[in-house]
Amino acid sequence: MALQEKYKELIDVATAAGVNELNVREQDGVLYIDGATSGTVKQQLWDTYERLDPNYASGDVVMNINSVAGVADGSKLKVTTNSSNLNIRKGPSTNDDIIGKAARHEVVTLVGKENDQWWLIKTDQGEQGYSFTQYLTPVE
Amino acid sequence: MALVMVVAFMGATVTGCKNKPKDADLKTAVETAIQANPKLSASGVTVEKGVATLSGQVPDEATKEELGKAAAAVPGVTSVVNNLTIAITNVEIAADSPLAIAVKDATKDFPTVTATVADGIVTLKGELQKANLQKLMMALNALKPKKVDNQLVIK
Repeated sequence: MALQEKYKELIDVATAAGVNELNVREQDGVLYIDGATSGTVKQQLWDTYERLDPNYASGDVVMNINSVAGVADGSKLKVTTNSSNLNIRKGPSTNDDIIGKAARHEVVTLVGKENDQWWLIKTDQGEQGYSFTQYLTPVE
Repeated sequence: MALVMVVAFMGATVTGCKNKPKDADLKTAVETAIQANPKLSASGVTVEKGVATLSGQVPDEATKEELGKAAAAVPGVTSVVNNLTIAITNVEIAADSPLAIAVKDATKDFPTVTATVADGIVTLKGELQKANLQKLMMALNALKPKKVDNQLVIK
């Protein structure tokens, strides 16, 4: 229960924001927080977490907030890499060959979700392959 | 009264003998004490002038310490030389582990970060710009790790 006290504010923010399927539990010294919500609320939760535990140095939280659960096939996605182009790969892993690229801020289409990390996407030029979801942001 | 004295004297004598048991008896006692632990494999015990030397293989440091204490607790053992070795457990091949692959994917754009995965715990070492830290943590937390041990030096 000690961790739920330490991160009370974080849990309160998640509760107040109406995070879907919010699940908070403590096990072996780690607080696990799961749920699904919008990208905005996810950002708010992470900023709160970072404030309560600067630089995430304590290692006592695993927060898995999915902000893309509701994104349907056919949705438009914006490439949000830091600076480089986004790799489009033959299969869902970095071990698979790169078969195409999407430019930063280019808008692509979601064809299907392989898993939470890899989505099958298609560019307007017709290139189709797998990309890392970390760099794809739904166009709202 | 005389009888009591005699009994007391005998008791003292017996106790006196027990304080200096033979090395061979000590060896048996130490073996009994440590072999009760199922984690010990291929053990060897030698005792010389009350000094017990332990050899063999154990799975971890905790077991090694535990057995050392068990040997030291045997009456008559004056000290313990703990030569038990810790077995190297099978090295997990990173490529076979879905978590390790996912962690590799999530960290590949941060070449200054070294990530290792063991027992579900992701350990981060190296350094990282503060601006990238949250993005990396978000990605790693989504992989369902047991824990993320962040030892990064934040720039």
